[in-house]
Amino acid sequence: MQDEAITPENHVLSHWLLCVGRDRDRQAFAKLFQYYAPRLKTYMRKLGSDGAVADDLVQEAMLTVWRKAEVFDPAKASAGTWIFTIARNLRIDRFRREGRPEVDPADPLLVVDDRAGADDALATRQSGERLRQALHTLPGDQAKVVELSFYEECPHVEIADRLGIPLGTVKSRLRLAMSRLRAALGDDVR
Amino acid sequence: MSASFHPIDDVLLAYGRGSLDQAMALLVASHLTLCPRCRDEVARAEAVGGVLLDDLPPTDTALGLLDAVLARLDEPVPAVPVSLPPPAPGSILPQPLRQSLGGDLDRVRWKRLGQGLEQALVLQSGRSRARLYRIAPGLRIPEHGHDGTELTLVLQGGFSDLNGHYLAGDIACADDGVVHRPTADRDGYCLCLAVTDAPLRLTGLVGRLVSPFLNL
Repeated sequence: MQDEAITPENHVLSHWLLCVGRDRDRQAFAKLFQYYAPRLKTYMRKLGSDGAVADDLVQEAMLTVWRKAEVFDPAKASAGTWIFTIARNLRIDRFRREGRPEVDPADPLLVVDDRAGADDALATRQSGERLRQALHTLPGDQAKVVELSFYEECPHVEIADRLGIPLGTVKSRLRLAMSRLRAALGDDVR
Repeated sequence: MSASFHPIDDVLLAYGRGSLDQAMALLVASHLTLCPRCRDEVARAEAVGGVLLDDLPPTDTALGLLDAVLARLDEPVPAVPVSLPPPAPGSILPQPLRQSLGGDLDRVRWKRLGQGLEQALVLQSGRSRARLYRIAPGLRIPEHGHDGTELTLVLQGGFSDLNGHYLAGDIACADDGVVHRPTADRDGYCLCLAVTDAPLRLTGLVGRLVSPFLNL
C-alpha cells in the first residue's frame, strides 16, 4: 500500500491538508493518511507503543487531523510539523491523566512579540525545506543526538548509554545542534 | 515585560518534542506565555520534529485502518470537558498554571514554612514536584543545594541570587551542586513557581536542622 519511493514535496502535503480543512476533501485525506499513517506508526513504536496501541494512536491522530484541519495555517507550520504536534499531544494525553500544559493563545497574560517582522522570521524558519537541509548538514554526531532525542522515552540518559558518551556531552551536542540550526536559518537573536 | 533569563535550549527542545515530565512542562508552558522568544525556540523544535516525522521510514498500519478512519469521519466531535472559569481581573497566573490549580490564587492552600515563607504543592509527577512559593519582601531563603535541577519561574515581584536579579517571567536555574541563598526584593511579595526533579538539600546549619520538617 505504501510506496516508499514517492516522497511528496512539502507544499503538496500542505495542499492536501488545506483541501481537507477547506473542502472536507476525503480523497486528499486518504492521500495524507497514506503518507503519514505509516510514519506516525513508526513514531509511536519508536516511543514504545506496541502494534495495537500504535495503530490505535495513529487512528486517533488521523481523526484529529481531519477534525482540526481547518485551523492549519501553512504560513505558520509545515504539514509535517502540524501533524507531529498532534501526534505528540495525543501520546501525552494517552499516558498522562492531566494532559499537556500548553500556552493558551487567548491568555490575557500572553506577552506578544514586539520585534519587527518576528512573524515573518518564524514562518521562514519553519519552512520545512530549509530546515531539512540544515538538519542534513549537521555534523554526524550532532544529527544522531537530535534524531535519538525525539525517539527515546527518557532521552538524555538513554542516549548517553546508547552512544557510550557522558550525559553532559549529550546536552552540549543538542545545544550545538540547535544553535547551528538557528544560524543556518538566519535567526541568531538569542 | 520581557524575560531576561530563559530556560536552557535542551529544556525547550524537550518540551517541543513532548518528553518533559508534567511538572517541568507546567513551568515551561507558564514561561512561554510570558516569553515570545522561547515560543519561537519551541516552534523550531516542533519544526525539527516535523522534518524527522516526514523522513521516518514507514511501518505498515493494521489492515483496514484507513477504512476504519474513513468510516469515523462523520462521527460527532466529542465535547470538550468544561473548561476553567475565566481569570479574575488582574490575575497574575498564566493559563497553564490556572489549569493545574483549577482556578486562581484563591484556590491555593498555603503551608507556612517559616517566618515570611509559604509553600504550596501544585503537582507531582514521578520524582518531580511543582510548588508555589510566596516570599515576604526582603526575605533570605535558607541556603540550600540541589541533587538534581531546580527551575524557578518568577510570577510576581523578584529575587536575587549569585547569578542575577530575576523578575516576572524570568527563570532561575540551579543545577547539580549549586548552593544558593536567594533573597526576595524589598518592594513587595515575591511569588514563584519552582520545579525540582530531586529533593532539595538545605546546607547551612539552620537548614540542616529544619529540613526534615519542610518536606522539601
